[in-house]
Amino acid sequence: MLKVKNLRASVGDKEILRGINLEVNAGEVHAIMGPNGSGKSTLASVLAGREEYKVTSGSITFLGDNLFDLSPEERAWKGLFLAFQYPVEIPGVSTTNFLKTAVNNVREHRGLKKLDAVSFLKLMREQMKLMDIDQSLVNRSLNEGFSGGEKKRNEIFQMALLDPKLAILDETDSGLDIDALKIVANGVNHLKSSNNAIIIVTHYQRLLEYIVPDFVHVLFNGQIVKSGTKELAIELEEKGYDWIREEVEGISI
Amino acid sequence: MSKEEQLLKEFTSMEYEHGWSVDIEADSAPMGLNEDIVRFISAKKNEPDWLLEWRLKAYRHWLTIEEPKWPNVTYPKINYQDIIYYSAPKQKVKPENLDEIDPELIETFNKLGINIEEQKRLTGVTSVAVDAVIDSVSVATTFKDTLAELGIIFCSFSEAVHEHPELVKKYLGSVVPMTDNYFATLNSAVFSDGSFAYIPKGVHCPMELSTYFRINAANTGQFERTLLVVDEGAYVSYLEGCTAPARDENQLHAAVVEIYVAKNAECKYSTVQNWYPGNKDGIGGVYNFVTKRGICAGDNSKISWTQVETGSAITWKYPSCILKGDNSIGEFYSVAVTNNYQQADTGTKMIHIGKNTKSRIVSKGVSAGKSQNSYRGLVRINKRAENARNFSQCDSLLMGDQCGAHTFPYIEVHNKSAQVEHEATTSKIGEDQLFYCNQRGISTEDAVALIVNGYAKEVLKQLPMEFAVEAQKLLALTLEGSIG
Repeated sequence: MLKVKNLRASVGDKEILRGINLEVNAGEVHAIMGPNGSGKSTLASVLAGREEYKVTSGSITFLGDNLFDLSPEERAWKGLFLAFQYPVEIPGVSTTNFLKTAVNNVREHRGLKKLDAVSFLKLMREQMKLMDIDQSLVNRSLNEGFSGGEKKRNEIFQMALLDPKLAILDETDSGLDIDALKIVANGVNHLKSSNNAIIIVTHYQRLLEYIVPDFVHVLFNGQIVKSGTKELAIELEEKGYDWIREEVEGISI
Repeated sequence: MSKEEQLLKEFTSMEYEHGWSVDIEADSAPMGLNEDIVRFISAKKNEPDWLLEWRLKAYRHWLTIEEPKWPNVTYPKINYQDIIYYSAPKQKVKPENLDEIDPELIETFNKLGINIEEQKRLTGVTSVAVDAVIDSVSVATTFKDTLAELGIIFCSFSEAVHEHPELVKKYLGSVVPMTDNYFATLNSAVFSDGSFAYIPKGVHCPMELSTYFRINAANTGQFERTLLVVDEGAYVSYLEGCTAPARDENQLHAAVVEIYVAKNAECKYSTVQNWYPGNKDGIGGVYNFVTKRGICAGDNSKISWTQVETGSAITWKYPSCILKGDNSIGEFYSVAVTNNYQQADTGTKMIHIGKNTKSRIVSKGVSAGKSQNSYRGLVRINKRAENARNFSQCDSLLMGDQCGAHTFPYIEVHNKSAQVEHEATTSKIGEDQLFYCNQRGISTEDAVALIVNGYAKEVLKQLPMEFAVEAQKLLALTLEGSIG
């Protein structure tokens, strides 16, 4: 589904990603872990097509297409979804209205019929139950005045509505209390299938207790320095990131 | 919601939609302005002497005054001798009913999406009575008979002069005096037609009254005059829309709207202004120099202005409220959008005279392209206006880095019990907002329309349903191509 080859990317003159290789197949859950500043969020942003991040070399194919040929919205239509670390607020635009616009745009480009108000509301209500989203939340302006937890739940709620092939969760667990974490994890687990894939970008292991990854990658200084299974995440949690640093720096010296 | 999307889709690929013109034979005055032209217009309308005298007085005063220089707009000097001051589509002397109207005219209004044939509607659905003004004359007024049963007068201004001279004489110039300002004075001299409405005591007007203005003929100025009188305890909601063909020369539009609201009465006045804004390089477009003012003459009366300004090369207008009656309320809700080389200097005046008077100003400016957008507003609390209240909210939204947003609030308080609040914000459509929308599959163009409509929501929701839809379309259309 996703093939990242020797990806290098920078912001301004600063190179952040320094040769990433990653392959994600349908039905898989990958966790990308790493200390602050290792390039986790940059990777997520490059995948989604954020302009400030300049790709200097390497390639990414997504479902057979060169990802760099696609605009951010074309990536979304094709099934790429990013749950933002910091979801933005859009005053005056109700969450319902925003979601309906998004869903119908995506549906249209996937060759599906647009949903009328009634069918959309039906779909929305079903997913609201799953993510424990309150009606008053969807009536409010998008993300405006939402608590941290509400914003993150709203991201996964959008994921549910947009039915992506590849979902990237960028630090979705940060700022969540344990109850909210469970709701988010349940939602994600419910959406997981053999047809889609999930990349979880996180600093901590705790979300991975609820969403069990097939692969764990450690990102350090713009490179994936270690890959393994879920046990690697536990090891990281126990030992911190210092031993990775030592190991990597040891190697490079 | 589905409407919104459909509109966005429909309109994101279009330029100014109403840029066409129709070949309608017109009966025009010679170009230029002098006393004879004023007499010509008056004679065409078969006006009584008092009105001709009134016009001449205005014209003579106009000769002694100068164009205002204070607005934050620039344009080449207008040659007032290069304008045709009267142009009427040639047709039967006076249509007795709608069937006698020139089909070309009906076609013109159909193109605008305005049905000037009376439609039978399902009971319970409000309909809109329309007065259609093309170039200098009113060509049709619908639902007159239905309204007449309630004692409501809704007709063209010219007709009102003949049929209801006592009302016209009493209220004409009572809110906007003939000597008020350069453009209002010019209008007083050469106004050609417009709409007149009178809502009698205690009558709640059951339908929206609406005037659609259309400049069709070339080199023609449009100088219409609207006079609304809402008698004690009455209510009316009035809509005004306007369009013009795309022409390379600038066209002058100098209108006057006067509203008189008596005790316990209320008038809601909504405008969707979509005059031709000029092309992308700033060639052509309408100069929209308009004076609109209402007086809350009686106690507990209310005037509410809502405007959506998307058109015109230059907009210069300040719909105002004189709050004379005790406990009277004035409101001004505005969205002004400028793109390319458009310039807008618009706002309101709230003059508090009576006790416990309240005013509310919500102004939302959106500037894009190389345009300049200014809010200019005056809140004046007079000496005897005990416990007056004002709240003003002035927001500006910038798109791109070549446009300008300006705010000129004037606050004059002469009574210590007054409470005046002013809030202002300036923001830019954020890259992060656009990216967020893109990531959810919404194109940049649609995202801009969505964000701007959200930003302007507080104003848009004041509009009657029919207009709200049109206004949303216009916002999307006006800002098309402004990012990216």
